[in-house]
Amino acid sequence: METHAEAGKEGKPSCASVDLQGDSSLQVEISDAVSERDKVKFTVQTKSCLPHFAQTEFSVVRQHEEFIWLHDAYVENEEYAGLIIPPAPPRPDFEASREKLQKLGEGDSSVTREEFAKMKQELEAEYLAIFKKTVAMHEVFLQRLAAHPTLRRDHNFFVFLEYGQDLSVRGKNRKELLGGFLRNIVKSADEALITGMSGLKEVDDFFEHERTFLLEYHTRIRDACLRADRVMRAHKCLADDYIPISAALSSLGTQEVNQLRTSFLKLAELFERLRKLEGRVASDEDLKLSDMLRYYMRDSQAAKDLLYRRLRALADYENANKALDKARTRNREVRPAESHQQLCCQRFERLSDSAKQELMDFKSRRVSSFRKNLIELAELELKHAKLKGPPGTPSAKAV
Amino acid sequence: MAAEREPPPLGDGKPTDFEDLEDGEDLFTSTVSTLESSPSSPEPASLPAEDISANSNGPKPTEVGLDDDREDLFAEATEEVSLDSPEREPILSSEPSPAVTPVTPTTLIAPRIESKSMSAPVIFDRSREEIEEEANGDIFDIEIGVSDPEKVGDGMNAYMAYRVTTKTSLSMFSKSEFSVKRRFSDFLGLHSKLASKYLHVGYIVPPAPEKSIVGMTKVKVGKEDSSSTEFVEKRRAALERYLQRTVKHPTLLQDPDLRQFLESSELPRAVNTQALSGAGILRMVNKAADAVNKMTIKMNESDAWFEEKQQQFENLDQQLRKLHASVEALVCHRKELSANTAAFAKSAAMLGNSEDHTALSRALSQLAEVEEKIDQLHQEQAFADFYMFSELLSDYIRLIAAVKGVFDHRMKCWQKWEDAQITLLKKREAEAKMMVANKPDKIQQAKNEIREEIEEWEAKVQQGERDFEQISKTIRKEVGRFEKERVKDFKTVIIKYLESLVQTQQQVFKIEVLMNGRKHFVEKRY
Repeated sequence: METHAEAGKEGKPSCASVDLQGDSSLQVEISDAVSERDKVKFTVQTKSCLPHFAQTEFSVVRQHEEFIWLHDAYVENEEYAGLIIPPAPPRPDFEASREKLQKLGEGDSSVTREEFAKMKQELEAEYLAIFKKTVAMHEVFLQRLAAHPTLRRDHNFFVFLEYGQDLSVRGKNRKELLGGFLRNIVKSADEALITGMSGLKEVDDFFEHERTFLLEYHTRIRDACLRADRVMRAHKCLADDYIPISAALSSLGTQEVNQLRTSFLKLAELFERLRKLEGRVASDEDLKLSDMLRYYMRDSQAAKDLLYRRLRALADYENANKALDKARTRNREVRPAESHQQLCCQRFERLSDSAKQELMDFKSRRVSSFRKNLIELAELELKHAKLKGPPGTPSAKAV
Repeated sequence: MAAEREPPPLGDGKPTDFEDLEDGEDLFTSTVSTLESSPSSPEPASLPAEDISANSNGPKPTEVGLDDDREDLFAEATEEVSLDSPEREPILSSEPSPAVTPVTPTTLIAPRIESKSMSAPVIFDRSREEIEEEANGDIFDIEIGVSDPEKVGDGMNAYMAYRVTTKTSLSMFSKSEFSVKRRFSDFLGLHSKLASKYLHVGYIVPPAPEKSIVGMTKVKVGKEDSSSTEFVEKRRAALERYLQRTVKHPTLLQDPDLRQFLESSELPRAVNTQALSGAGILRMVNKAADAVNKMTIKMNESDAWFEEKQQQFENLDQQLRKLHASVEALVCHRKELSANTAAFAKSAAMLGNSEDHTALSRALSQLAEVEEKIDQLHQEQAFADFYMFSELLSDYIRLIAAVKGVFDHRMKCWQKWEDAQITLLKKREAEAKMMVANKPDKIQQAKNEIREEIEEWEAKVQQGERDFEQISKTIRKEVGRFEKERVKDFKTVIIKYLESLVQTQQQVFKIEVLMNGRKHFVEKRY
């Protein structure tokens, strides 16, 4: 198996193409995206010199459901049971934003024209940001697949990239959604059963450690992600609060004919500036912190899924051993039991090997992504702090 | 979609800013040392004085590229704050949570709120200095402080007693420095006495702070939590401002009731101020009647000044209310932000703990630390927002209501005069009719009666006219004075608020610089 290139693998969603460390045989990116009524259409562009593609450069239009189909195809494929399947991109959700825009449009007479314009601007920016993020998420999903030496060779992947027509994959109807939900419940029940099963010993320390670590990590990162979201939203709220304040101050200022005029107007200006800063802080936090936490929350879930599959394989192996023993004592159907046991053994070992590799990659990917984002966040915060700043109170003097 | 080139992983090319990190934390310690204290901010007292004289029509000299220079908003680096500036210590160190004992809540609120409550008397200190500078030359040498809220009694009959301290060199007071204990209803009593004497002749009597049943009940019941200490502090500051405004009024200062309030150790209990007393209900009925009357009086305004001013105050009232509501929303959200940041800091710390990669773990814990400190600062800023701005706005909303009341009184006065004139006219008509009708026997007596009445009403008309003129004159003077005060008050509070904003941002900046410096160092090692 090829060794993965750790330094190049970035797990953080971004618009840039993933650095494939010299392997440019398959490059995927989302070159364009269009938001229609309630769906988004992504234009997936592929550049490849691999033999089994008809052209070297081509693009297709895909919708979110088709991405999900691709993800599910990978998950259900037994061959990839030993790999971490990149998490599926989340559904594009413009509901909240659209609602707000609508409410704004309905009009509020107490709001001045400037205030209205500013609020509209803010909402449009928010809409745009959500849009960009959803595109980035979808792109990163594809790029990780393209970078993974095994996953990139999947037939479904090629179909996804190349097939010009609509894949006619409909969204899951209610029965399928319910089915999926039930399957999850069964899975976690199964996991609980397996771990409780007597005689099932974890032979490998590495996996034992990973399991404990991942369980704890996943819970904590989910927590942190939720709270980071709340902080980001509070910042946004605060920024929005400044709008009516500066509007009220400017109208007070324009009405005054005395010295208070300049004071009020200056204060209004200051609040306007503060608003923009707060907004920027909120969006930076959003991109660098919240998004990253969210991505790794999903990724760590995918890693947990991998561990579960391995555990399942171990359980199967154990069961096969027991069955073989029983068959041997009874001296009946030994052959099939033997071959079954061998199959299970092989499967288990295969899974363990690839899982080990995958988990180590996961770790290095995670660490480098966190580091990059935290550094960028720090730099941005410094920049903002400088702007808000330090030395000098000339604005107070000017007032 | 523009494809952004991602910076190569931190192994080779680093952003140039942090190249010097080889020398460890030197980069940031040197930055920090340049932030060392030079003389702290120039005494704010001088600021309003010079601005008032040099009425800045063209703010060009002082406007430091506020429009163009985005990178460096505060280009004039004249202000440098020390890392260890003493007044900021309490903020960065962990603060004792107010574990309040029943008797003296002040001492425990003090470390936290002190720097904020100081703003209240300071505002008025400065304006007093300015009054002295004025050409009018009214020397007001009286200083009032309200302090030491103390809970007296128990259960539902408990109340808060405040110490009112006066320092003065005016001759009408027997001593130069004295203090008395007063409770909230005493203040209300004072206000109602002053209002009944002066409002209807056109003096703008500053309104007393509002009652709050919910707030007081919590205090009475003995709920010793931060919201009740906040409430008491808020009330104390409001009472202080009320007294200071009242005392500044030259006419009200001469009033014997005010003097009695400030000086005498025992004050008859003002029972009529209770909301549910007979007097309280009477007040409510009167208010309703007044409101109806206002709608029916149609005054021929001979003086455009009054109409203009009334309109002005109406506008001002509306805008202040709107601003006040927005500022309250801001304060609320800031508190929310600080709570959320604290929660996030905890999560980040826990995440850092479970991360088994050491450098990353450390970086995450540091992130948590930074967030926590920033949260504390946000809390401080929330207090500042509230105390300075919001309280001033609500004070002025009430003051403007008093001003409107004064204008209404003028209308009533006019109405009285009008009525007197109408009655006089009727009496004169009656007299004329009597002259025409020829009834000799009743005539003489009736004539005398009418004559008397006419004289009486003539006198009333004259009095009415005089009253009206007087009240108009007084109002003009009062409004002029009110406007001056308003400008001063707002200006000072705005300056104070800006300063506190700047200081908070400076603190944030310092913390960020330090923390990020350390973070980078750690990252670099990895």
